[in-house]
Amino acid sequence: MSMSRYAIAYQTILTKEILRFSRIWIQTLIPPAITTTLYFLIFGQLIGSRIGQMDGLDYNQFIVPGLILMSVITNSYSNVVSSFFSCKYQRHIEELLISPVPNWIILAGYVSGGVARGVIVGIIVTLVAKFFADFTIHSYLLTVTVFILTSILFALCGFINAVYAKTFDDISIIPTFILTPLTYLGGIFYSIQLLPSFWQNLSLFNPVLYMINAFRYGVLGISDIDISTALMIIVSFIVALVLFSLYLLNRGIGIKQ
Amino acid sequence: MMSALTIKNLHKSYSNGFTALKGIDLEVDEGDFFALLGPNGAGKSTAIGIITSLINKSGGSVSVFGHDLDKNPEAVKSCIGLVPQEFNFNQYEPVEEILVNQAGYQGVPRGEAFHRAEIYLKKTGLWDKRRVNARMLSGGMKRRMMIARALVHHPKLLILDEPTAGVDIENRHSMWAFLRKINESGTTIILTTHYLEEAESLCQKIAIIDQGKIIENATMSGLLHRLQRETFLFDLKDSISEAPQLEGYAVKWVDECTIEVEVSREQGVNLLFAALSLQGIEVLSMRNKQNRLEQLFVDLVQQNGEAE
Repeated sequence: MSMSRYAIAYQTILTKEILRFSRIWIQTLIPPAITTTLYFLIFGQLIGSRIGQMDGLDYNQFIVPGLILMSVITNSYSNVVSSFFSCKYQRHIEELLISPVPNWIILAGYVSGGVARGVIVGIIVTLVAKFFADFTIHSYLLTVTVFILTSILFALCGFINAVYAKTFDDISIIPTFILTPLTYLGGIFYSIQLLPSFWQNLSLFNPVLYMINAFRYGVLGISDIDISTALMIIVSFIVALVLFSLYLLNRGIGIKQ
Repeated sequence: MMSALTIKNLHKSYSNGFTALKGIDLEVDEGDFFALLGPNGAGKSTAIGIITSLINKSGGSVSVFGHDLDKNPEAVKSCIGLVPQEFNFNQYEPVEEILVNQAGYQGVPRGEAFHRAEIYLKKTGLWDKRRVNARMLSGGMKRRMMIARALVHHPKLLILDEPTAGVDIENRHSMWAFLRKINESGTTIILTTHYLEEAESLCQKIAIIDQGKIIENATMSGLLHRLQRETFLFDLKDSISEAPQLEGYAVKWVDECTIEVEVSREQGVNLLFAALSLQGIEVLSMRNKQNRLEQLFVDLVQQNGEAE
């Protein structure tokens, strides 16, 4: 198959994915806006006013990057995990498996679908955040880069989860027991400088911390960690997850007998 | 004539130790309407799964129109259209979108994909349902939609795994007519079915698979010619109370207006009619008790079971 036909196959998967989450926009695009509004009302307005400043910024401003990135993480992940698992569950993964679509196109298509939802939700949440906090973007390039890379990384995680999942329970275990704790403990609501040294050091093993801090630097110009280290860690994770996903697809694990 | 499908020494063992295919060889020529028959669990769907890349093989080789499945899987996949046994489409997508997506996976540009979807949805009588979510279709419509989907990229080899299962008789006959046209237009077709009259009516060549092995591979006419005995049911004009005594024939009384007679190939039915006339028995109509292919199929599978 030529590159132009690969491009058509990729475009088909991506269009299908975008149409899928757009059709159910009440389930996919509205909840993040409501959740973010509640976070800003409760943590930003009610509790935040008592906290005062963090890293020299109003608490309302401080939590903006973390809340945006949390929505991106959750939505990129859940889009791919639910779409690819339902594709397996309803067996229409077979439409792709019998077609001359290389595995890297399948992976790229699904991950791009996750990124597309992440981007749309990210924009919605940013618009909501603008109602509650006054902020200007410190570095557009870094903000967009971290935004997209994080979205890719968690879309890949969702893909791997879906490959291994055998039941609907399996697609909720990782978000509930791993993803949510890592995200909340990744410094959305606080600077790790506030933690005792043991917990500060432990936090450095949390990959989400690097993403939130890199993104916070892009948006607000402040970070607890070195930005180049953060970017290197994110890219390394992406490379490792891409290779692992392709290995799973090439071996047919979870999708072929 | 080019070979549409060549299978050599194909093996499949599952991780639980079950061996589904024990080294099958098969050759399907271009343009054939080929029946692949076998009892449940014989290995038909496993073989089809391997040909279509849905199942990984354990050994052997598969080539489609000269393309080796191991060396050039994309070329193999481009040649094949599959209508599987189970519904395997997104139930929540509109019918037209399912076809357009399948064409897209095959590299057909979107505009052309919509055009082809229109052609095949019209041919299968589903054009009016193009905006309907697939789950709203009846069972027969879903089967027709899967045929349309399998054809949307113009495959040279169409594989139909029990395409008429659960389809009513009227729709089945219209599907047969449609499939004949597809075959006449040059598409090679491999059909698996449990309706043996369907295979007899449509296919020129046949292979029977049982317990993971090919136990018969012949032309349909050649195979039917090997049928040694046939059992006929005769509807009689006048009622009778017991089976008539006909020398050389095994006659069974079914009811007062029906008898069952077993006729060997050497005897033929002319002599039987003469013998019935001599006894003053007038026949209104006659029919095969069992489909001829069915009779052969049962015999062959039984023989193979005994040999195993």
